[in-house]
Amino acid sequence: MKFDVMKESFPQLIGGVPETLLLVIFSLCIGFILAVIFAQLRLSKNRFWSWFAGSYIYIFRSTPLLVQIYLIYYGSGQFRIFLQELGLWTFFREAWFCAIMALSLNTGAYTAEIIRGGIQSVSWGEIEAGKAIGMKPLTLFRRIIFPVAIRQALPGYGNEIILIVKSSSLASTITILEITGIAKKIIAATYAPIEVFIIAGSLYLVMNFIVTRIIEFTEHKLNPQFYR
Amino acid sequence: MNFGLLGFGIEGWGDEMLRGAVMTLLVSMAAYGLGILLGILGTFLKLSRFFICRLLADIYTTIVRGIPELLIIYLVFFGGGIMLARINALVFGGSGFINLPVFVTGMTCIGFSSGAYSAEVIRGAVLAVPKGQIEAAKAIGMTPFTIFKRVLGPQTARLALPGMGNVWQLTLKHTSLISVIGLVEIMRQSAVASGSTREPFTFYAIGGLLYLGITSISNRGFSRAEKWAAKGVRSE
Repeated sequence: MKFDVMKESFPQLIGGVPETLLLVIFSLCIGFILAVIFAQLRLSKNRFWSWFAGSYIYIFRSTPLLVQIYLIYYGSGQFRIFLQELGLWTFFREAWFCAIMALSLNTGAYTAEIIRGGIQSVSWGEIEAGKAIGMKPLTLFRRIIFPVAIRQALPGYGNEIILIVKSSSLASTITILEITGIAKKIIAATYAPIEVFIIAGSLYLVMNFIVTRIIEFTEHKLNPQFYR
Repeated sequence: MNFGLLGFGIEGWGDEMLRGAVMTLLVSMAAYGLGILLGILGTFLKLSRFFICRLLADIYTTIVRGIPELLIIYLVFFGGGIMLARINALVFGGSGFINLPVFVTGMTCIGFSSGAYSAEVIRGAVLAVPKGQIEAAKAIGMTPFTIFKRVLGPQTARLALPGMGNVWQLTLKHTSLISVIGLVEIMRQSAVASGSTREPFTFYAIGGLLYLGITSISNRGFSRAEKWAAKGVRSE
């Protein structure tokens, strides 16, 4: 063990935590909005929209995130002139933008399935009761369907958050220096992989531990009847 | 887009891409196999009477499921290489970094991660077998081995199938990470092809399609297996 390497790399690796957190938070927020929309489309009676949402979910769930990241970051280069004309190249040139886009689309697809499961678990009686007292579709969704669905979906969504914390490490493959990217840089410079791994790994474990706790706490809050 | 690039000759990249897909399949199956072995071992430990065994298994699954696979790959590849180099320097007096064989390294890393997920799935399946059946088996005097062979094993396998299908998909997708240490599978091959043809979108899209194809086919295989395994189960 090279303790001096550990001591030196600790602050450097901690410096990567904000990057990782920003990646995770941004993509979770955008992904969640996408997921709510696509879950609705998937369940809609319109054949085309249901098929469209289904294909999006299927494609993003059946291919590795790495393909999605490379396709957006490197693949966009093939359409550079076209994107420049549209004025979008400034976005696609940025690794940050591409990483968040790929992560959001990816988690959006997984979360859409989780939310769909939640929505389908809402019992018919509750929806009919809402309709019977004259709720508009939006009110019905906001007051009845969504709150019940989210409780059902929460444990699954917790796992998804942990997967996204782990997946954010792939951003290091397109030059972003978050925890894993910094770890790789230090390993290459110091030849001390085990020491660096211990610190970087613990940072991820701590983050995931906090996520699990927050999810558990929220579950208790949302289902007070079970934990009296 | 130039479709000539996808031909099978010297000019085209079609055969290289297919070879990449075969490599992806091979390394995925190897990792999945290792994962199942580790999963069974993990299940035994998790359900053991001894606290220390349960603790060991919990540490294994928590760490592996909480740390990015990419980080684990870097650790094993660089860490293993440096360790070998040290041994080499000590015993044979050689010098320099030793590259580990990428297939074995990648398979081991992804296999370990797959094993942690498998352990959870298999443990759940074992616990889902009704206790009464095992008690009944004990009551008529079956030995533990016979109980496993006739009662616990077959039902665990059936109950674990859907979950193990998910683990297979996860493992398959995770093998794309082995490309970072240079195993020439789909991702690496796509990178090489897009580098030399300057058509990155084309080749990463083809890479994506290859993964899509593999998952679709294996999905179908798993749902068939599930149907086959459920043949003897009474449904309402």
